[in-house]
Amino acid sequence: MRHLMSPMDFTVQELDTLFDLASSIEKNPAKYAHACDGKILATCFYEPSTRTRLSFESAMLRLGGQVLGFSDASSSSASKGESVSDTIRVISGYADICAMRHPKEGAPMVAAEKSDIPVINAGDGGHHHPTQTLTDLLTIRSLKGHIENFTIGLCGDLKFGRTVHSLIKALVRYPGIRFVFISPEELRVPDYITDMLKANDIPYEEVIRLENVMPELDFLYMTRVQRERFFNEEDYVRLKDFYILDTAKMELAKKDMLVLHPLPRVNEISVEVDEDPRAAYFKQAKYGVYVRMALILTLLNITV
Amino acid sequence: MLNVGKIEEGFVLDHIKAGKSLSIYEHLQLDKLDCTVAIIKNAKSNKLGKKDILKVECDIDMLDLDVLAFIDHNITVNVIKNGEIVAKKDLVLPKQIKNVIKCRNPRCITSIEQELPHIFVLADEKKELYRCKYCEEKYTETAKSL
Repeated sequence: MRHLMSPMDFTVQELDTLFDLASSIEKNPAKYAHACDGKILATCFYEPSTRTRLSFESAMLRLGGQVLGFSDASSSSASKGESVSDTIRVISGYADICAMRHPKEGAPMVAAEKSDIPVINAGDGGHHHPTQTLTDLLTIRSLKGHIENFTIGLCGDLKFGRTVHSLIKALVRYPGIRFVFISPEELRVPDYITDMLKANDIPYEEVIRLENVMPELDFLYMTRVQRERFFNEEDYVRLKDFYILDTAKMELAKKDMLVLHPLPRVNEISVEVDEDPRAAYFKQAKYGVYVRMALILTLLNITV
Repeated sequence: MLNVGKIEEGFVLDHIKAGKSLSIYEHLQLDKLDCTVAIIKNAKSNKLGKKDILKVECDIDMLDLDVLAFIDHNITVNVIKNGEIVAKKDLVLPKQIKNVIKCRNPRCITSIEQELPHIFVLADEKKELYRCKYCEEKYTETAKSL
């Protein structure tokens, strides 16, 4: 039995197979509409995350399966003090596969160790969010046809943004990738990431001004400055408006550059950019469903 | 010069960094063993200048070499039988250590999950870097041991 804890759990070849399946689902959804008939997905969300939870539920429902679960800790037995280990043992009897989000880092791994059913990490604190990384990779591959030889700009909160860290680690495995990190000094990418890039001879640069690098980029991955990662409200307020992508900045970009964002956005991408054909973030959310469908099928060993 | 007598059967841990012997005593849980233990602090050493030595009279199987290697893999382990050194054991950094050190990351699941062991995994052998199995936070010397 296999689980998904980190985006690095799959090899590049396994990811290719997963993305092929996701693309097949996208092209021919009817073929997969009953693939999970009689199967149940449990969504155990110990902290609210509407988007990720709905994406998982949509994925299972589109495969013909059913869903049950809870959407915050107060409506689960965790509020009565039940451990993650006990909860997953019980859930194993109720469902065939489980997607778990938890504010504590490593909680889904504890669940996986005790579980009789596959467990998917749907986000554990500031640690991993592997299905977001799979979504990002599938979006790049689907919209460009491959995942190599790109200059990828990552902009905003590169210090606390787990989606950014996971995406960088995953992209390092593909040839010809160059990174441009665009952030204020306080939110620079952590040393362990730049150390890893240096060790693997992966080219990167760190800049503060987004305008200066716009013409070089094949992808611009925007991120939200998250209030919950700051201990100090003053710092949050000062940094949240540091980057706002608008049509003026988009004019500096290549004609085929694509803008990605894990969503939700606050104000870092101006609404006027939504009409630009290069704005790919809503398509990206849709790919999130396809990749989760492919993942559920893969972990349940269901072939169609 | 202080003299401590020979032991018949057991082990002698030599070349312990001066001042570290008590910490090793605790980590090996020697206080729980019913055997003779000699702790020698600040003995003269050609190699280190000063060193600590631990002599323990007990069954050699009772020694957890993994824990010892994690604390300091430069320690020399002499196995004693019939009053003679019969073997010197090499210490290799363990791939995993369990309940020796505690994860200090307040966001880690180990901070709330009942009876969950604290497991650290060797992430970088060259840098002797260990990370928590669950949250991947790296272990630093300032983190307090269990």
